[in-house]
Amino acid sequence: MQTTTIIWLIPLPPLLAFALIVLLTNRRKALSHSIAIGAALLSFIGSMVVIFRAIGLPNFGEKVFESSINWFPTGNTYFQIGVLVDPLTAVTLFFVGWTVLMIFIYSVGYHNFGQPRGDHDQKGLAPHGATLTDEHGHSHRVPSIEPMYARFFAFIGLFAFGMYTLVVSDNLLTLFVGWEIMGLCSYLLIGFWYAKPSARDAAIKAFMTTRVGDVIMLLGIAYLYWFTGTLNFRDIFNNPQLMHQLATTTAPILGLSVAGLIGLLLFIGTVGKSAQWPLHVWLPDAMEGPTPVSAMIHAATMVSAGVYLVLRVYPLITAGWEPGMPLNPTMTLIAFIGTFTAIFAATIAVTQNDIKRVLAYSTISQLGYMIAALGMGAYVAAAFHLVTHAFFKALLFLGSGSVIHGVEHGALHTGDHADPQDMFNMGGLRKKMPITFWTFLIGGLALSGFPLVTAGFWSKDEILAHAFDNTHWAIFVTLALGALLTAFYTMRQITLTFLGEPRTEAAGHAHEPSRTMTWPLIILAVFAIGIGWLGIPEGLTGGAIPNWFHEFVGGTLLEHPETLPFNPVPMLISIVVALTGLFLGWMVYRNVKAGQKDPLQVALPAFIYNTLKNKYYFDVLYTFFLLRPVWWLSETFSYLIVDKWAIDGTLHSVGFVAQWIGRSIREYFDAPFINGFIGDGSAAVTQWFGQKLKLSQPGRVQSYLVGSLAFIVVLAGIFAYFLLA
Amino acid sequence: MSFVQIVFLVTALSILIAAVRMVTTGSMVHAALWLVATLFGVAVLFVLLEAPFLAVVQVVIYIGAIAIMFIFAVMLTRREMLDKGPQLNTKKGIAAALGAVTFVGLALMLTTWEGFDSYARPMANVDTVARLGDALLSPDAYLLPFEVASVLLLAALVGSVYVSINKK
Amino acid sequence: MIPLSWYLLLSAALFSVGLFGVMARKNAVAILLGVELMLNAVNINLVAFWRYGTPLNLGGQVFAIIVFAVAAAEVAVGLGLVISVYRRRGTVIADDIDLMKW
Repeated sequence: MQTTTIIWLIPLPPLLAFALIVLLTNRRKALSHSIAIGAALLSFIGSMVVIFRAIGLPNFGEKVFESSINWFPTGNTYFQIGVLVDPLTAVTLFFVGWTVLMIFIYSVGYHNFGQPRGDHDQKGLAPHGATLTDEHGHSHRVPSIEPMYARFFAFIGLFAFGMYTLVVSDNLLTLFVGWEIMGLCSYLLIGFWYAKPSARDAAIKAFMTTRVGDVIMLLGIAYLYWFTGTLNFRDIFNNPQLMHQLATTTAPILGLSVAGLIGLLLFIGTVGKSAQWPLHVWLPDAMEGPTPVSAMIHAATMVSAGVYLVLRVYPLITAGWEPGMPLNPTMTLIAFIGTFTAIFAATIAVTQNDIKRVLAYSTISQLGYMIAALGMGAYVAAAFHLVTHAFFKALLFLGSGSVIHGVEHGALHTGDHADPQDMFNMGGLRKKMPITFWTFLIGGLALSGFPLVTAGFWSKDEILAHAFDNTHWAIFVTLALGALLTAFYTMRQITLTFLGEPRTEAAGHAHEPSRTMTWPLIILAVFAIGIGWLGIPEGLTGGAIPNWFHEFVGGTLLEHPETLPFNPVPMLISIVVALTGLFLGWMVYRNVKAGQKDPLQVALPAFIYNTLKNKYYFDVLYTFFLLRPVWWLSETFSYLIVDKWAIDGTLHSVGFVAQWIGRSIREYFDAPFINGFIGDGSAAVTQWFGQKLKLSQPGRVQSYLVGSLAFIVVLAGIFAYFLLA
Repeated sequence: MSFVQIVFLVTALSILIAAVRMVTTGSMVHAALWLVATLFGVAVLFVLLEAPFLAVVQVVIYIGAIAIMFIFAVMLTRREMLDKGPQLNTKKGIAAALGAVTFVGLALMLTTWEGFDSYARPMANVDTVARLGDALLSPDAYLLPFEVASVLLLAALVGSVYVSINKK
Repeated sequence: MIPLSWYLLLSAALFSVGLFGVMARKNAVAILLGVELMLNAVNINLVAFWRYGTPLNLGGQVFAIIVFAVAAAEVAVGLGLVISVYRRRGTVIADDIDLMKW
């Protein structure tokens, strides 16, 4: 089958799965998840075929797989949409295909397929366990199946459609369409357990915050279309004259070039979608959704879409910049935001107790790394980190879901009601859940950048090396510090969760979840180790192992980015930083007992600890300065003042005046004059006339005779008078 | 004053007096009798006017038939004692006034006619009755009105019988 | 000799009296009596004019005879009607026969 046909078909199976499940198979759980996983598998196979073919082509990058059709007429021509697979798309499809499939399979076990229905389970709330009584009269509680099982698969199917559309599209408009579909699905999925108020609020927060970014991104898209007349990537970026024009024309705002302004506007969309500071507030709250959602949306795919966008429009951002030059204003801002976010989120992560929150802030931080890399001009390094991060972060999230499941199972078993997501209620789980432990450890080490055998090491090191070699000292130091903190909080997490002794009954009775949950962990762990080896810097091995990734992905750009000469200093620094952080994390937390306070809380001054724990009070700030005015505007101003008092008041006054006019007319004009004088009056007059006139017809002949004679006499008199006189 | 004038005056006076008494008397029978007197007076007047046939016809028809008929009618309609008592209704004032006005008007109109004061020309000695007969029955005179009058009388005859027949 | 005016004035007076009788009498029969008076006045007029006008042309007298016939007919029918009304309504007072009123 032709490659472009396959590419067109890749997004479709999950969409079909969504439609089928919603319309037809909502009640049948096995059929629904089979349709969903089948669809994910089809898209996966399609992606793999395309990638395989792409890899086989030499100079893939100059030659690409592309196909487009006319969509709507615009003046003399048509607006065209279509698909494009270039090297960047290929690697993105790789990790998207794998992670989506693994997460779909994981969801079957996560939502307790095969378990009985719960005792008090309701749609809209998380399942709470069922009581099984065996023939001896012993009853024990087991996990129960998710009440809205099929709906979950429908939503993640729609989500997968959105992501695939975004990845394979060849123009900004369909990319935006996929972007927004994922925004919608993240709302639906974060608020999956809709009866829980915190989940509802989190869903709205996510949608609204990303919306802020999306609106500005749309402005950027509109500006680009207005300036160039097209939104097709290859038409813009592979057209040197157009790029030159974009780079040299000055935009009316801030003195940036047009390309710089558009890049900035589009970047703000990424700030929203990839939860960079200042629009980061939605991602930790988004942990209210089920863990597969967190894995997919907030690790592997949706937040990666933001970085993908920046990678796509990289030529716009770097217009007018050559490697070696100082960064242009747009790149400076991007680098600043990325770096700041990286350190900012890392400092918060060290104080969080919820296992998923730590990973959420970790995601924000790692995305910051990628954005910082792009801001510095490290295209390939950012793409590389994007790919490796997707694998190990998805692994970590799925692992945390597995941990939570295990602890919940223990809680059902023992009746212990402690929070199953609080790490201070865990401990010693390595003995109870070995597969989860080892895969989580691999993921954690990859995140920390454990040297040589983890993928995260190679990708993070490349970013640090780029910062070092290009003398962006502030960025380098900050990112290195961030790496230290990353390793610290990761080891903190692993130590508290798996090492030591169980701190609660529930943790003591946890056990390994089903195979549908553990096999995806294992597969993702393999990637978390191995995929880094595709991007080993050539200088390290003296050219023995080629840096395939750099060669392949670098072909996306018009000018192939050159490889930096290998410098051992940043690599050594990153190794030192990673190992130090890991060691410190293990040291501080290995002996934490049940009920004990967090050692960090003891060590740090209360002021600093509380600020970090409360996320630098950003939520409070936003509520006070942004949300409160908006609430006032809508509840008080628009509703009470404008609508009820002004508009309703006016209408009521109009009504009142109309009524008064009507009443007055009735009382003072209609009743007395029209009714009384004209109506009744004319009747009375007619009656009076009639009463008087009837006397002229008495029915008596003699009276008639007298009358007529009298009249004749009168007439004769008049006649005689005029005739004779 | 010649004899004829005196006769005329006496006759005229008696006619008028009888007529006035007729319309003012309380009793209906008296009224019918006063009518007879009036009619007699008119017959005398016809004689004065040298129309003897008409005088006789007047007596025979008017008095002998019509006045008798009136008396019959009075007899037949006297169940209530309403042939006594005041016979004039409420309109008598206006009626009298109108009557007077009529007379005065007619008189005034007549006086303006130039032949008002003329005298009778002597009539040749002709047989007026025979000539009346001729006039009544000759086709180029007044035969048709005569026949029509007889048809009228027939209709009146039939009609009056029909109207007043007692169907019990 | 008798001037024509005397006859004419007499007949005018007789007519007026008859008119008065028609208008002012209660009894229906009496009204018809009044009508007879008027007819007689007319007759006097006719014959007077015949004698003083065209005594050779008997048209005046013929007219008077026709008036006789009409008077007779009218009295016959009129009295028949009065009797009929009397039978129905029990009254001959003209004022009481007022069904043709408003």
